[in-house]
Amino acid sequence: MKAAAEEIERPSALKSIDGGGSVSVCHGPDRGGDHAGFYDVEAVRADFPILGETMHGYPLAYLDSAASAQKPFQVIEAEYAFYARDYANIHRGFYVLSQRATELYDQARRKVQAFLNARHEHEIVFTRGATDAINLVAASFGEAFLNEGDEVLLTGLEHHSNIVPWQLLREKKGIVLKAAPVNDAGEVPLDEFIRLLGPRTRLAAFAHVSNVLGTVLPIAEMIRAAHEAGAKVLIDAAQSVAHMKIDVQALDCDFLVFSGHKLYGPTGIGVLYGKEELLDAMPPYQGGGDMIASVSLERTTYAPLPAKFEAGTPPIAQAVGLGAAINYVTAVGLHRIGAHEAGLLAYATERLSAIKPLTIVGTAVQKASVLSFVMDGVHPHDIAQMLDSRGVAVRAGHHCAQPLMARLGLPATVRATFGLYNTTAEVDALTEALEEVEVMFLQ
Amino acid sequence: MSDSVELYPKAVLDHGRHPRNRRAIADCSHFARSDNPSCGDDVAVSLRIDRGNVIRDAAFDGRSCVLATASASLMTELLVGKTPAQAKMLFQRFHALAAGDTEKFKDGMDVESARMTVLSGVHAYPVRMRCATLAWKTMLAALENERSQQ
Repeated sequence: MKAAAEEIERPSALKSIDGGGSVSVCHGPDRGGDHAGFYDVEAVRADFPILGETMHGYPLAYLDSAASAQKPFQVIEAEYAFYARDYANIHRGFYVLSQRATELYDQARRKVQAFLNARHEHEIVFTRGATDAINLVAASFGEAFLNEGDEVLLTGLEHHSNIVPWQLLREKKGIVLKAAPVNDAGEVPLDEFIRLLGPRTRLAAFAHVSNVLGTVLPIAEMIRAAHEAGAKVLIDAAQSVAHMKIDVQALDCDFLVFSGHKLYGPTGIGVLYGKEELLDAMPPYQGGGDMIASVSLERTTYAPLPAKFEAGTPPIAQAVGLGAAINYVTAVGLHRIGAHEAGLLAYATERLSAIKPLTIVGTAVQKASVLSFVMDGVHPHDIAQMLDSRGVAVRAGHHCAQPLMARLGLPATVRATFGLYNTTAEVDALTEALEEVEVMFLQ
Repeated sequence: MSDSVELYPKAVLDHGRHPRNRRAIADCSHFARSDNPSCGDDVAVSLRIDRGNVIRDAAFDGRSCVLATASASLMTELLVGKTPAQAKMLFQRFHALAAGDTEKFKDGMDVESARMTVLSGVHAYPVRMRCATLAWKTMLAALENERSQQ
């Protein structure tokens, strides 16, 4: 059966990048994408309707993709087409629509599988987001494998979503939490991490990329070290998945999580990748429909993977939208996206460094798409407010990483983040607005 | 920056840069501290209320953005000479102003509280409401928190 949701024709960046063809044919990994050459950012921008908006009379410079990325029409229309033509609840439907919806939902899972290079389709569990996925692992892996005195090793730069679920588990089971320290540059030195791996470390859970500083952690080495110590590893890829290629088999991580909405996909959907043998050994996270094989009032047998972890009606249209988002970034090419963003980060670092009262926070050698800064004598909230009046959208605050902020000795920073659609002109708009902030508040 | 000029008129920038009464009151009779968890700002308000139930001195201290600082600075100036009941009414009026409720703000307004209008721009920015009212809410808490006199 041919599902209809992707049969949408429109002019698109993907055509100019691919040199022809339509968006609906981009199934293979890196098709047309990852060769060197001209990155047509204007063609990419044309795919994102919201980027045409003006704010307070200025063109929108959206520099907050790390909080949530904007959506290309390919994603918007995939959801629209799904609701308009293919929608029904999935599984056990005897009618065509339900079968079609089921097929599209399963197809989205296979796209995620290919995207992460997971060995099996059923190692991909759809969740509400990265937060939900970490909570699932904390509750379920924690229930099965963690006992009093067992250690979970985090790092000092984690997002609250990779701290609080483990603290909740600590209250329940008496586990011990440790955190690898962060140095002044915002890096997690590998030797410090290794030093904290002990005989009781059962799990190491850490970010791939810091949402505050953009630090790229040496996850391949960290995973290897954790495995040598006998610990399992969870990677929070929320901030990396839209910027670099991830191969869960090459990394050999045990769990990996990300959110759809930071990957130019819909809100309300995320992914938990887990190794088959672990997911098989873990108890269900939530009980309900769809996660069972059979139920009597005395006893329930659980469904096989991945349904065991997907109780209730899942975010079906959002899964379809996520599949379209994966098609999109894959067609543009993650290596090319990463290179484009690295260029923007270098340019922004150079331009902002020229503003005297401004200090860039986070100077890791390996850094991706995030630029945090403070300005001597001006509060981050006032900066962000003034930038907004110039159409520049940034975030200011503690970025849900208060332990890291405490380590840095800062209550808040301003954070500009770059995505595949950002331009040097937007960096210029940011710089000019910051120069105005300087004049207004400091002179 | 047309829009944000409303939010940061000269008087606000002046209070933000040169806040009045940013200090502690050693012999304060009332004190409270609170924070804005969304940005890490914190403010402490101390008051000295005399036996005749009049606020004789008001001060604030802490770490905050220009809006919160200017609002706190202005508040400490307006509080001196007021009774606690008048201070609460002043807060009601300020809250109305920040919420954009002009009618309620103007109701019974005196010349002194008209000075608050420099902060009227905040009503267009709901997320900044907490910045503008942080010191005021702390002041209300301070009124309920009399320090034991020994």
